[in-house]
Amino acid sequence: MHGRPRTAPKPEDAAASAAKAQKLRALQSQFLSYHHDRIYTKEALDTSAKLLEINPEYYTAWNYRKLAVEHNVKESESSPESVKSIFDEELKVVENALRQNFKSYGAWHHRKWVLSKGHSSLDHELRLLDRFQKADPRNFHAWNYRRFVAALLGRSVEDELQYTEDLIGNNFSNYSAWHNRSMLLSEILKKKEQESYSQDTISKEYEFVLNALYTDPDDQSGWFYHHWLLDQTSKAKAPLLVSSWPVPGSELVVSGNVSLGDHPLSSFSKVTVALERFPVVLYFNQTVEGVNSSTVAIQCTFVQNEDVTWKPFSPQNSWASKVWVGYLDLSGVDHHSSAPHTVEVKLGHHKGIMSSNGLQLSVPFDLSFRVSVKPLETQSSKDEKLVWEEDKFYACEMPIPCLCYDGISVGNKYEPTTSDWQIGTIAEEISQIRNLLAISDSKIGKITLARLLMAHDVMSSPYATKTVHAEEVLGLYSELMKLDPSHSQYYKDERSLVLLQQLLSSGGTLLKHCFYYGGITSSSTHGPICLRLNNQSISRMGAFDKLLWVQMLDLSDNELHSIEGLEAMQLLHCLNLGRNKLRSFTALDPLRCLKSLKVLNISHNEIGLHSIDTTRYLCSASPLSHNGEVIWHGDDFTPEDADVTNYWEASMVFKSLELTQLDIVGNAVANEKFQSFLLKILPKLQFLDGQNLHRI
Amino acid sequence: MTELPPYPPIEPSNFDLIIVGTGLPESILAAAASAIGKSVLHLDPNPFYGSHFASLPPDDLSSFLDPHPSSPDHAAPSEGDGLASAIINLRSLYSDVEISSFAPETLEQHSRKFNLDLAGPRVLFCADKAIDAILRSGANQYVEFKSIDASLFYDKDGNLVNVPDSRAAIFKDKSLSLVEKNVLMRFFKLVQQHFSGDGESDRISEEDLASPFFEFLAKMRLPEKIKSVILYAISMADYDQGDKEACKVVISTKDGIERLALYHSSVGRFPNAVGALIYPIYGLGELAQAFCRRAAVKGCIYVLRMPVIALHMDKECGQYRGVRLGSGQDIFSHKLVLEPSFTVQSSIGSQPQNSLMENVQVKAKVARGICILTSSLRPDVSNFLIVYPPRSLYPEQVTSVRVLQIGGNLAVCPSGMFVLYLSALCDEASWGKKILHRAINALINHDDSKISEGTPPSTVQTEDARADPLLLWRALYIQELTAGQVESVSSTPMPDGSLGFNDALDATVKLFQTIYPHEEFFPETPAEDPEDDGALSVET
Repeated sequence: MHGRPRTAPKPEDAAASAAKAQKLRALQSQFLSYHHDRIYTKEALDTSAKLLEINPEYYTAWNYRKLAVEHNVKESESSPESVKSIFDEELKVVENALRQNFKSYGAWHHRKWVLSKGHSSLDHELRLLDRFQKADPRNFHAWNYRRFVAALLGRSVEDELQYTEDLIGNNFSNYSAWHNRSMLLSEILKKKEQESYSQDTISKEYEFVLNALYTDPDDQSGWFYHHWLLDQTSKAKAPLLVSSWPVPGSELVVSGNVSLGDHPLSSFSKVTVALERFPVVLYFNQTVEGVNSSTVAIQCTFVQNEDVTWKPFSPQNSWASKVWVGYLDLSGVDHHSSAPHTVEVKLGHHKGIMSSNGLQLSVPFDLSFRVSVKPLETQSSKDEKLVWEEDKFYACEMPIPCLCYDGISVGNKYEPTTSDWQIGTIAEEISQIRNLLAISDSKIGKITLARLLMAHDVMSSPYATKTVHAEEVLGLYSELMKLDPSHSQYYKDERSLVLLQQLLSSGGTLLKHCFYYGGITSSSTHGPICLRLNNQSISRMGAFDKLLWVQMLDLSDNELHSIEGLEAMQLLHCLNLGRNKLRSFTALDPLRCLKSLKVLNISHNEIGLHSIDTTRYLCSASPLSHNGEVIWHGDDFTPEDADVTNYWEASMVFKSLELTQLDIVGNAVANEKFQSFLLKILPKLQFLDGQNLHRI
Repeated sequence: MTELPPYPPIEPSNFDLIIVGTGLPESILAAAASAIGKSVLHLDPNPFYGSHFASLPPDDLSSFLDPHPSSPDHAAPSEGDGLASAIINLRSLYSDVEISSFAPETLEQHSRKFNLDLAGPRVLFCADKAIDAILRSGANQYVEFKSIDASLFYDKDGNLVNVPDSRAAIFKDKSLSLVEKNVLMRFFKLVQQHFSGDGESDRISEEDLASPFFEFLAKMRLPEKIKSVILYAISMADYDQGDKEACKVVISTKDGIERLALYHSSVGRFPNAVGALIYPIYGLGELAQAFCRRAAVKGCIYVLRMPVIALHMDKECGQYRGVRLGSGQDIFSHKLVLEPSFTVQSSIGSQPQNSLMENVQVKAKVARGICILTSSLRPDVSNFLIVYPPRSLYPEQVTSVRVLQIGGNLAVCPSGMFVLYLSALCDEASWGKKILHRAINALINHDDSKISEGTPPSTVQTEDARADPLLLWRALYIQELTAGQVESVSSTPMPDGSLGFNDALDATVKLFQTIYPHEEFFPETPAEDPEDDGALSVET
């Protein structure tokens, strides 16, 4: 059934198939006339049965038979005997059709339909299934149908688990059996909430699958199941808030939109955002749902809790996300009084915030910060251009205040212990897989080890302050890039995430990447602080929980092809993505949520170089999902506005931004026509590719 | 064989080939010769088919093992027509026969329901050459098989564990550590690649192939336990391969991996077979009979209860010409094949080559045992094989013991009872008996006093599998090993000490090809689909 090459048809086969087509056509036209005239006699039914036996994929005929059954059942409603025989006849037709093609969607569907009517005996079904599963143990139709029948029969999950165990015992390369096992176990794990039960079940499954991994490390089925188990192990932990902005205890000075010359970014505590949209960002260690004004209580003088709407920032347009943002409106705060206002955010005191498998937020969390609004100064007339040049930056010696969580500084009581069974289980798996890799070389084993090590780090240090295994993981991914070049992009991406976590794990390592920007001539004091992660061979961004405070970010000279997740950085003001590998404007989609972004450098990327924008298919976002707030109004553009249709994707990104400075030179898309389009769509733009537009 | 019924004379009186004895090699030969159009007369002095490969009720088995000495009651045929005659003697190839019945009444009651194998323990590997012969000859129409459910191994710690003989079995195994699983599977793959890989790099070097298998396994750094499993439970080595003094037959790496490959190609060959081994319903005797029926279809003439009392030899050249039957009739043929218990006593002293016939080589002996039990040795399975590797029972044990339990569901005994077959190679009878006794003691926790009290078990029919098995009947005997020989009068080999039929088949094919050097052994019949292995009926 699998891995058999298709043979080229011989000339005599062609003749045979022509004859078959001839016969089919005759049958088909006869059938269609019956169908059209709504004739449901035995003769008519026989014609459709004959047709389906030859071509089980003919949906119309199945639908006709459904109509016929409904019609004939109505006729003989008084006699349960004949009703049963009508349905039995259908089962026979399906069985014959399946003999012709046991992967026919229509036939399996028809069988389900017949059984769901409840007039037929189910005794035969499991035997039939055994036969089909013997013919092809990985026939997913049969597996789907088995789940359906098992549910109808009320077979216990344990019985079905035993069945998968038997099939796996016969041949543990049966991926479908492993998959069904995972489905059944998910059901059990969801039902039984006791921690000890999950622990017991998951540990047993690890033990079971290790037998497959050790016996034949080259077979992937077991490894996939192992990955699924790792997922279950991490998911078995209750969600936790790992980072927020503002950080608890911080004193913030907020100013409204001002130009760069006023260097509002010069300290960690001074932020520039639109006053009516002061963001509060909550960052969880896994996707959660249920973040709303009843689960999160905000107390302050200027905002009513009910007025705060919490939005999930996730690539899928779902109601679950790791990142949630609520906006406070500070525009009503008295600008002339510099007295700080206390804001308290409390969450986790009531049930409601929970992970996808129903676990509640583990630790209640109270976050309090003080904010004062800086009087809005008159707009500075100086147009200051931001230049991303090496000599404009100088080392930052200012001690960094607490920017991200490390468990203790937050005053949080939560500290994982080694007695957590999840950590223990993963530690055990790490040693098992290490032992296996010591005797058998396996690429997928190396990936597994890397994932286990990362999972262990994440679990034992939920605030990502200790990266015990980072070096080993980086080594594994580097090795994999060499061993398996066809998937090197994936390994590079994973490696980037680990590298970023390592770079940002503590205040000390973070400080090495913080610089003052000294390119502002009018400034007498320190310039703004810029986080520089340039030239790190990063291909994908991550560790956003450590970056929520960043207002100026330099990611130039990397290999980024995606900036997924960047939308969490709500304070971002200046962003340098120059000399990366971004291929399209769709890849810049996360920028649409960054309302404070003013300065953007996307020069020397690959935008427009590739005619097909694969980002849409590569990223987890579906091409039709548009998170953020862009709502399409048909009257925004006049139909003759040809530029919009030409630069649809660019306009989707830029329309929602108020950029003052943009560098786009060095992309295939950047020509004169595109420049004029940009001027139109970005009315506040002052500098385009370094040129002061106002002086032209 | 006391009173021979009067027989009508056999027509015609000239044949291409006369075969005496209906053991498996003789029967295959009869079918193969008939298949290529030779006229064949197939005789057996016994009233049943199978000779030394027969399956018999306990009493018949006893009398076959221990025949009453019969002096030739027929006078030597008169010599004349240029023919000299040579007397044929029957010699027993069995010795030290010990038969004990602990419940004679129970056995008597069911006597006809027993089919006990003379040549047990013996099974078929699904990829055995005998299976190919069965399929090619068409004998598969007359015999049905069932799977041997489990293969067990007596490990160093005295536990009976499943033999991890396939990928699936390794996965399921409970006694191997994870690392052992990995090492064993890697070795299996290495052997598989040797046979299927195309590159020279995949092959095991010639030097390694010539080396003892034991040394090769050590070179591959296989742990002791796994070495033992491969040597004795998969490659079925008889002698302690690690003991250079005691080991009479050293298995080379080439042999060892071929046996391993036979085992592996057996697993999964037939969809209904759970493991590598199958067994014919009604016992091994069915195999010989199936070939006989096949031969009969192709024109071979069968006469049972018909002894041959003398040979006719050409006076001039000493060549074989024909036989004198017990009925007194003289029948002539080009070739004669005798089963191994016949020896020829030639009256022509001047022909030294004839003495070769009496010079049967005895390499070693095989000790065999048969036990009838009241319940299965294991509660979960009824048909299984157990291997006791050398030195697992006691320190001086230098050969392995193989034990096969077959249950009533294979129609070798009444349902609810079980037959146990044991065998071990030995140099002398006492040593062989000792091994069997020790193995039986290890398997059945019986003390003789309990049995001699002779409470005939009334629980035979009950399904209580957990009851300790009681011994109802036991036969122990020593069988000579003869290799057979090829001359104008040829003789077939005795059942060998191995578990399967590969060696017996090789000898039979060789015999056939010597007799008919230009003919094909079971030519492929075009009507049959060569890929249709399913033609073999394996019952679930």
